Amino acid sequence: MLAFILRRLAQSIIVMLVVALISFMLFRFVGDPIANLVGQEARISDIEALRERLGLNDPFYVQFARFITNAVQGEFGISYRLQEPVSQLIISRLPATIELAFTSALIALVVGITLGVFSALKPRSFMTAIVMTLSLVGVSLPTFLIGIGLIYVFAVELQWLPSFGRGEVVDLGWWRTGLLTESGLRSLILPAITLSLFQLTLIMRLVRAEMLEVLRQDYIRFARARGLSQRSINFGHALKNTLVPVITITGLQLGSVIAFAIVTETVFQWPGVGSLFINSVQVVDVPVMAAYLMFIAFIFVVINLVVDILYYAVDPRLRIQASGSGK
Amino acid sequence: MSAQQPPSAPDVAKPRSLAYRIWDSDVFFSFRRSPVTIVAAIVTAVLVLAALLAPWIAPYNPFDPSSLNLMDGFTPPMSEAMMGNYFILGSDHQGRDVLSTILYGSRVSIFVGLSATLFAMALGISLGLVAGYVGGTADSVIMRIADVQLSFPAILIALLIFGVARGIIPPSRQESMAVYVLIVAIGLSNWAQFARTVRGATMVERQKDYVSAARIMGVHPLFILIRHVLPNVMAPVLVIATIGLALAIIEEATLSFLGVGVPPTQPSLGTLIRIGQQFLFSGEWWILFFPAVTLVLLALAVNLLGDWLRDALNPRLR
Amino acid sequence: MTAPIVSVRDLVVEFPLRRGLFTAVDGVSFDIMPGEILGVVGESGAGKSMTGSAIIGLIEPPGRIAKGEILLNGERIDNLPADQMSKLRGKRIGMVFQDPLTSLNPLYTVGQQLVETIRRHLPLSEAQARQRAIELLGEAGIPSPETRIDSYPHQFSGGMRQRVVIALALSAEPELIIADEPTSALDVSVQAQIIKVLKKLCEDRGAAVMLVTHDMGVIAETATRMIVMNKGKIVETGSVGDIINRPQEEYTIKLIDAIPSIKDETRRHDVPPAATPLVQVKNLSRDFDLSPGFFDRMFKGSRNSIVKAVQDVSFDIRKGSTYGLVGESGSGKSTCARMLVGLIRPTAGQVLLEGEDIWASGSGSQNRRKRVQMIFQDPYASLNPRWRVGDIIAEPMRALKLVSNKREAAERVADLLEKVRLDPISMRKFPHEFSGGQRQRIAIARALSSQPEFIVCDEPTSALDVSVQAQVLDLMRGLQDEFGLTYLLISHNLAVVRQMADDVGVMHNGVLVEQGEVDAIFDEPKVDYTRMLLNAVPDISKLA
Repeated sequence: MLAFILRRLAQSIIVMLVVALISFMLFRFVGDPIANLVGQEARISDIEALRERLGLNDPFYVQFARFITNAVQGEFGISYRLQEPVSQLIISRLPATIELAFTSALIALVVGITLGVFSALKPRSFMTAIVMTLSLVGVSLPTFLIGIGLIYVFAVELQWLPSFGRGEVVDLGWWRTGLLTESGLRSLILPAITLSLFQLTLIMRLVRAEMLEVLRQDYIRFARARGLSQRSINFGHALKNTLVPVITITGLQLGSVIAFAIVTETVFQWPGVGSLFINSVQVVDVPVMAAYLMFIAFIFVVINLVVDILYYAVDPRLRIQASGSGK
Repeated sequence: MSAQQPPSAPDVAKPRSLAYRIWDSDVFFSFRRSPVTIVAAIVTAVLVLAALLAPWIAPYNPFDPSSLNLMDGFTPPMSEAMMGNYFILGSDHQGRDVLSTILYGSRVSIFVGLSATLFAMALGISLGLVAGYVGGTADSVIMRIADVQLSFPAILIALLIFGVARGIIPPSRQESMAVYVLIVAIGLSNWAQFARTVRGATMVERQKDYVSAARIMGVHPLFILIRHVLPNVMAPVLVIATIGLALAIIEEATLSFLGVGVPPTQPSLGTLIRIGQQFLFSGEWWILFFPAVTLVLLALAVNLLGDWLRDALNPRLR
Repeated sequence: MTAPIVSVRDLVVEFPLRRGLFTAVDGVSFDIMPGEILGVVGESGAGKSMTGSAIIGLIEPPGRIAKGEILLNGERIDNLPADQMSKLRGKRIGMVFQDPLTSLNPLYTVGQQLVETIRRHLPLSEAQARQRAIELLGEAGIPSPETRIDSYPHQFSGGMRQRVVIALALSAEPELIIADEPTSALDVSVQAQIIKVLKKLCEDRGAAVMLVTHDMGVIAETATRMIVMNKGKIVETGSVGDIINRPQEEYTIKLIDAIPSIKDETRRHDVPPAATPLVQVKNLSRDFDLSPGFFDRMFKGSRNSIVKAVQDVSFDIRKGSTYGLVGESGSGKSTCARMLVGLIRPTAGQVLLEGEDIWASGSGSQNRRKRVQMIFQDPYASLNPRWRVGDIIAEPMRALKLVSNKREAAERVADLLEKVRLDPISMRKFPHEFSGGQRQRIAIARALSSQPEFIVCDEPTSALDVSVQAQVLDLMRGLQDEFGLTYLLISHNLAVVRQMADDVGVMHNGVLVEQGEVDAIFDEPKVDYTRMLLNAVPDISKLA
């Protein structure tokens, strides 16, 4: 088990290094870092001095090593646009994004898996037809339109819920949460639903497809031939086998919820990392872009690791080698 | 299980024409049987045709400044503006006819979506074929890249590529290049799906004996790949391409909505929605509503076609 | 007279298909007596499996029982509601499926699956059920069942898994077992053991068995009474001995006649023994490197594992003769075939075609491509489904530039199609418009189109029904005489090899354990493994 995790960790580090390389190249070659730091009227000698001081004249690998060292310490330089350290910018906006992403992930998982299982077990029922049609509408609706629609109905017309921002937040030292105030919770509802809908439809369709595939397997037929009850076949045998592939893909989907938050945060003016990123892309604020990329990659790697460990726990074929004590 | 299979097709006495084979095929049969799919196909066809013929059928040319009049602005649908122009779907803040902007806008949306999908398809199919047929290290490298990329949402990748392009291309040319940057960005963010599917199918086909037979005769590997393997892996590719087209159209709209897509002088449906959003809360709902409906209709129709295609080509999963 | 356990009366099973109703089972009636083993035999599509599924109530929708009734101990069961039927399954009727690799849920131990089934049907505690499960596994011939009960299915071999499946089917002492091709996915030597276990367990318990199979040999060795089915109808019913020795109906007579036997001694032609060998295989070896791929090696630690698939195999094939290569799965016979046609490069050793190494670059491989061809096992996978038959057959001619223009190619294709007894108009059709046997004829036509001298046939008939198999083998013999072809015939079916081959080699775990003239090997095998193989084969000459 330990060896397995170590192998996975090694793989994760490679992935992180590759992403770091991309971030670094972004940093180094997109736009001129000097031009962004000094004004128009800087003298050549000043620029040269600055280049030397920032180490931009060092060989490529030295610069890359320095970039990695800094990145590990959470040091990504200073935002061109806001003239603040990037790491501080991200950390101050992280709680907003994480609270939003987790709430939507929870909605997407619970509702998605329930609907997926239901529609696979009752493929010919009227409810399934409705759910399947709605899910197609769901994937055809761009997230930003869902957001606008919800705002129009619930914030503008009905005036039940706020249309933008996080509401009141409570400062818990380093974490500013919106989950402890009424206005914070009310503000969370619309963006969380908006963000979850797309993932929800994906998870639902995936669970349904996998479960239908499992229900076709011989061992399900054999379980029926053994006279097991429908309930134990569906939930004991079929669902457990469905979960094996579903874990991987849903895990990755959940990772992408955080990145997907970009659009939702823009629509609801949610003060999270996503809206920070989109503003940075528009003005090519490279340090923020690079840091955000590393941040997303890190989350992806962590989730991947968790998924692998879960997988390992669920599937005995990975856990226990065939003993080979044969015929 | 062997006897559970339906009987093989009865012997056909003589070869049939191509048209007959298409009409009679199981895929087309399931098309004829599904009214929803027929409606989706008609809606898609109408929207695509309308976009294609926009310069001839649009009541106004919304990009001709001489025909615009600010006094015509904010005219509600089905009403005559102050200057005597009649706007079926109303007009926007600059007095542009919403119907005409939609027609021209879907032109941009469909062009970008289609080109991006074709680009992603070409890239994904070639890399997938190579990975699946050659195997070994080439396969490992290609699939690892695809895996990592697949775990990032397409929209993020597209945004990054867009940001990079913005940094590299001189500002003077950014506007004229925007559409192509968009196509490349969306295409690059979607190739991995194709590569993964094609690779899987290629690995299955490569094992089949018709490939062995060709290898025994000394047929060139490239010929085997293109003439033997490719036609047999196209079915799942078609499904992904259809669903991918809907995704690409939505992706384009999202990027344009975020303000990083096509320039406002050449608005797509996403840009129109972005513009319309500003006026939604002040009551001019039609500026947003009609482009939004067009976009959803287009994406939904294409998605329905993709969904049907998947079921028709893979009858097991019904 | 005792009452039958099961009575099937005038059963009709229908499938609504796109082009109308398909009647899978058409007015079938029979009884099974207590303790009796009833064999149900037929070719694919005969409706035999469907009859079994109908009795246990597991017909997949949209199929349905349209008419007739099924009585279990005099009580009608075909119209029971779903929940009552499910209680009856496993408790009173057990079932064994063909493929043991997919019949067990991979995520649960065999013990969990056994205990679950036992407790569903019998009022036992967890501990009692577990005890019973251990006993059942022991009876089914699983060594040290106390420890093996906590293993997962993937830790068992195919034969062992089928024993587990049988234990599961018997766990609630059902009165009737339906065994649907229980041994078809297994190797000959394992097959014999499984039949024994099934037979013994059912005899001990007095359970009746409905044994559904396409293999008349299995029925001959196991069953007492049998039913022959064709196209959903019963053709003939009677004792096994009567039907095999004195078939009455025309269909049965043809069927029995088509089945090759390992005792068949009819010689067909004589190859001059002094004829020069056309193909010489010298010390051929092939290792497979099953080490993990590049990235996995980097991360998972380099655990190189090498499998010796073929080790030091040598034999000669006389010109104009057929050399049969037999062996169980994993014996290396197919790897041998692939090295002979140039698909897999040998690790060591040579393949000489009239003295010239086929693996020599340039002239050697060019020579091989012209003179060597191959026929494959699965006629569904060996023809590209997107190509017209004419293009498929012409491919070797085009690849080797044997024809100069389209018309010449078309004429040759038409000629070849007639040679394999197909209508020349077939060249404009696609493979899916043909049956399995017809497709194999097309594959043969393709192999012939480059006018080769040597054809490697890898299990050419094992995907086909017996009657079709007989036709294809007949065609192959005819073509051999007509063109003076030399064959290498790879098969797991000993009877087919006896019928076709002049010389035979027996492979086991990558080694050629014995070779010689076909009659000598079959009548007086020198090696234990060959003897075991010949004894294990279910054959119609071995009536129970």
